Amino acid sequence: MIKLLIKLYRVILAVVILAAGVVAERTGLIKLLSDPYEYPVIMELFIQHLYIVAVSMAFATFIGVTAGIVLTRKRLRRYAGICMYVIGLGQTIPSLAVLALAMSFLGIGTKPAIFALTIYSILPIARNTLAGITAVPPELVDAGRGMGMPPLRILMEVEIPNAMTVILTGFRVALIINIGTAALAYVIGAGGLGDLIFTGISLMQTDKLLVGAIPVTLLALFADFLSELMGLVLVSKGLRLSD
Amino acid sequence: MSTLRFMADNFDEVMFLSWEHIWIVGVALLIATPIGVILGIVITKHEQLASRVLNGANILMTIPSIALFGLMLPVLAIVNMGLGKVPAVIALILYSQLPIIRNTYTAIKNVPPSLVDAARGMGMDTWRRLRELEIPLATPVIIAGLRTAAVMNIGIAAIATYIGAGGLGVYIQQGIARVYPEMILSGAILVSLLAIIVDGGMAMLERLATPEGIKVQRKLSR
Repeated sequence: MIKLLIKLYRVILAVVILAAGVVAERTGLIKLLSDPYEYPVIMELFIQHLYIVAVSMAFATFIGVTAGIVLTRKRLRRYAGICMYVIGLGQTIPSLAVLALAMSFLGIGTKPAIFALTIYSILPIARNTLAGITAVPPELVDAGRGMGMPPLRILMEVEIPNAMTVILTGFRVALIINIGTAALAYVIGAGGLGDLIFTGISLMQTDKLLVGAIPVTLLALFADFLSELMGLVLVSKGLRLSD
Repeated sequence: MSTLRFMADNFDEVMFLSWEHIWIVGVALLIATPIGVILGIVITKHEQLASRVLNGANILMTIPSIALFGLMLPVLAIVNMGLGKVPAVIALILYSQLPIIRNTYTAIKNVPPSLVDAARGMGMDTWRRLRELEIPLATPVIIAGLRTAAVMNIGIAAIATYIGAGGLGVYIQQGIARVYPEMILSGAILVSLLAIIVDGGMAMLERLATPEGIKVQRKLSR
């Protein structure tokens, strides 16, 4: 029964891939992609999308990790619970609302979009940094202190390496949300692949729509894969063995 | 202040759009919950399927919402349903799967083996064990999964207005198009409020669904 289901799964996968090919041909996707005049436009939008994501993620990672570390220092630790609560509340605010709010205060263009994406991506990163460092076993920190490490070395050599897996999960969530929300940033005039999707929807041009939607999907899946790879590089060997 | 006035002036429309929003999310959750819970229970019994189903749900979750609407549009356009509420509800059902399946799976996996053994010793069969032991113990965690799904769906339903599903996203979309800050603000605020209220409500439900015995146990262990 189960073996049959697994076999069925493979068949369905093959059928889906074939159907995707047929749809691509039928909707004129392949024709659009091989059009020498359309290609540079698509590439430009793709690069614009990557640029928005990269810049906002760079800011968000820096600010989020810093905020997480600062909030776990001894003096501020008692505020950590309140901060977690506020971050959780912030995460319930829908992404489109954040973009719209950024637009109503900062106007249209790439900068408000990057600002909104940064703010929105900080939340999961800061939250996971906070949670990850809080969850480091206190005996490890004590051992570090007993070995005469100054606080900075405890942070760099004990706390951050131990919290790395959790921090990376936050980074992964933020990155995936960011790529999806960057596609929405078109509505506040930031360009990116959302341009193709929204134009495709309003004009009912399936080829244009798919040229936007497929790369965004692949980008998100690739980002998922990339964060997994980063886990292999950044998480120390000893910690991976214990899993 | 002017935002509040906007909301007061268009009170009927605000209520209508909120209702539409709640309707989309509610219908999607009503359909998604049985599918997700049943899938979650099935994969606890068949381990080989577990990683596949969870991976599949994870991939679905990774697809950006507007891209998913875009990908579904040509497919559903064949049956003339590319735009409107149907694709929105389908997308929300797909997105709800991961939190619901994952929470059901982990909750049932985490039922203490001693309890399962005790139930088996009392002569309960799989079905009764599930109904009288595993599901009641797992309910709070399953509701936590529903809570995640509901909050996420409220955000995605706001985006679904771009494929003509209606809901509170209409205010955001129209407000952006007309450069009408009060409209954008009331849309954004109402959607956020809805998400926060639903989050709080589900948290309360989570507490209500926790069996008395577990609550006592938690208090003792503290």
